[in-house]
Amino acid sequence: MSNPTLNDDGDQFDVRRLLTDERSRGIVLQLAVLLAVALVIAFITANTLANLQRAGLASGFGFLTDTAFFDINQKLIDYTSQSTFGRALVVGFLNTILVSAMGIVTATLIGFTAGVLRLSRNWIISRAVTAYVEFTRNVPVLLQIIFWWATLTALPKVRDSLSIGDAAYLNNRGMRLPAPILEAGMEWVFAAVFLGIVAAIILSRWARKRQEQTGQTFPSGWAGLGLIIGLPLIVYYILGQPLEWDVPVRKRFNFDGGFNVTPELIALWLALSTYTGAFISEIVRSGILSVSRGQTEAAFALGLRPNQTMRLVIIPQALRVIIPPLTSQYLNLTKNSSLAIAIGYQDLVSIGGTILNQSGQALEVVGIWMAVYLSLSLLTSAYMNWYNKRIALVER
Amino acid sequence: MKAKLLTGAIAAAGLMAISATANTAHAGTLDDVRAAGELKCGINTGLPGFAFTDDKGNWTGFDVAYCRALAGAVLGDPDKVKWVNLTGKNRFPALTSGEIDVLSRNTTWTFSRDVDLGFTFVGVNYYDGQGFIGRTALGAKSAKELDGASVCIQTGTTTELNLADFFRINDIEYEPVPIETNEEARKAYEAERCDVYTTDASGLAATRSTFPDANAHMVFPEIISKEPLGPLVRQGDDQWADVARWTLNALINAEEFGVTQANVAELAKGTDNPEINRMLGSEGSLADMLGLSKDWAVNAIKAEGNYSEIFERYLGTNTSLGIARGLNALWKDGGILYAPPMR
Repeated sequence: MSNPTLNDDGDQFDVRRLLTDERSRGIVLQLAVLLAVALVIAFITANTLANLQRAGLASGFGFLTDTAFFDINQKLIDYTSQSTFGRALVVGFLNTILVSAMGIVTATLIGFTAGVLRLSRNWIISRAVTAYVEFTRNVPVLLQIIFWWATLTALPKVRDSLSIGDAAYLNNRGMRLPAPILEAGMEWVFAAVFLGIVAAIILSRWARKRQEQTGQTFPSGWAGLGLIIGLPLIVYYILGQPLEWDVPVRKRFNFDGGFNVTPELIALWLALSTYTGAFISEIVRSGILSVSRGQTEAAFALGLRPNQTMRLVIIPQALRVIIPPLTSQYLNLTKNSSLAIAIGYQDLVSIGGTILNQSGQALEVVGIWMAVYLSLSLLTSAYMNWYNKRIALVER
Repeated sequence: MKAKLLTGAIAAAGLMAISATANTAHAGTLDDVRAAGELKCGINTGLPGFAFTDDKGNWTGFDVAYCRALAGAVLGDPDKVKWVNLTGKNRFPALTSGEIDVLSRNTTWTFSRDVDLGFTFVGVNYYDGQGFIGRTALGAKSAKELDGASVCIQTGTTTELNLADFFRINDIEYEPVPIETNEEARKAYEAERCDVYTTDASGLAATRSTFPDANAHMVFPEIISKEPLGPLVRQGDDQWADVARWTLNALINAEEFGVTQANVAELAKGTDNPEINRMLGSEGSLADMLGLSKDWAVNAIKAEGNYSEIFERYLGTNTSLGIARGLNALWKDGGILYAPPMR
């Protein structure tokens, strides 16, 4: 197959064989089709560009360095109305990431719990979970987002805020929490956390090796947890508690100080988690049911306890079935987060829309949206594929 | 199979070429509207006084009336309009892409929209300014006392930018609460998600009129911006822009000359005022210059009456909005409404 245009003798080139020989004819035809498709694409691109230029649209990405002049209420990085459009987009991107990441974590927790509970022998529990799953996954997520938002804005008004220990306050403008103020020395506490994690990993490796060699078990989970929490705590007290709290104070209109979790973020997060959680629970249930009953019986016969059977036998095999569809759910959740616009959560789409309107650069902004969601999705599925490969059944 | 693919690709290329030629041979908007037999007009998704549905479900209001007049001028029938409801955000792409022929949606005339976005504003039909509405119970008398307040704001509007400027210049903190439409903003404000709502003063009056307890809310005295609102068309089609501009001017001039919905048919037969005669077509050839039929202005005025009639019907002191003419009175009545002469 090295060079199809050479005949089998290898030294003489015969043009006629391009059409008479079946294999080379096929390749020539395929090349022709490829060329035609490339031409069509080139034509469409050139035509679009020419038309856009004529209409005065799509003048490039230079506008990203222009001043934004509008404010954003939830920003994870410094941003003022004097910042650039580009920075505003980054703020929106981070807000998308924030709600997606929060949603993925809770949706997974809800999904796994509900999936296992639905298989429970307890009639009430399994029916209650069935009701939750059937309700949430059959109502459009947009309505659920609006429902949660309406519920949250029906909370007490600012002046009647629910106080949680006079440190945190809940009202219809969100949750006002005390903000940590890091003082000198706090970096050592973070270093201790990191050290604790590393130590816990080493410990668990050592424990596994020891168990494989001697059969003796070691409670590496509890010991690891102790390391991760204990080490930083010790450092924290040795350094004289280098952490202060900025507690919210009631002002004329709102609370001041601390940081505010907006009802928009909470509503979006709750809606996305419960909605996607319902789908994940079905995936988990199907995964568990896909492991044959014989596996459980065999595990019991070997003397494993029920929770060990679940943890060591059922779940690892179920995961192989669960991971691929779970990936799609994560992608769906991330993309659904763009429904944020309905309640005014300032995510990438919301802020991009504002920029689009103020700058008129519709195609560029839409291009950025697509590129960002595409890369987010590809990254997520790349990670999940890697994880899937890692937990795949090793065939010997 | 492969041969089929190939022919398919060639056919696709052919189709693209055809559609491309169709694109480049874009006719004037006036001809398009005539050919379609209807005017595609972009209006608000719902703003009392400006664009709202009556009890029969028909769109009506101050902005709607302009499009009906324009349809009258161009097609001779004010009902030949296709309404396209647009939010603050999607109104400009809709106009750029040709989804609508004219945008009449309380849109502020600004430099960048006129110059950079590629539109032509055909005039001002409402001189507005941005204000704030808040509960009287707040005890704030001025917008400058709003330090720390939550402010509901419609995204993608000039008001969003003015708001940021105002709070920055006065060095006060606030929490912006961005909302997509006026209707949703009203709900958020009613739910006390925000302390104040800011938009054009006309919109505030319109919104306040829908509150069951209107007296518990006050419009703050500050007007923080100039908001000249007017209809706009795509840049580059001067003939269409002229038609849109002079239809608006005709409505304003009609008020000045005392031409009303009731007497326009009578006056069109000829009067001793040459200006009225030129406008209504019994003298001169203004209609030919514009490329419209002789009775264009008559039909435009017949649709909903002159400027004053439209204003009083939808916004005036006898409506629930209760807006006085103020700046929007004719120049000779102390306002700044001044249409160039029809000559």
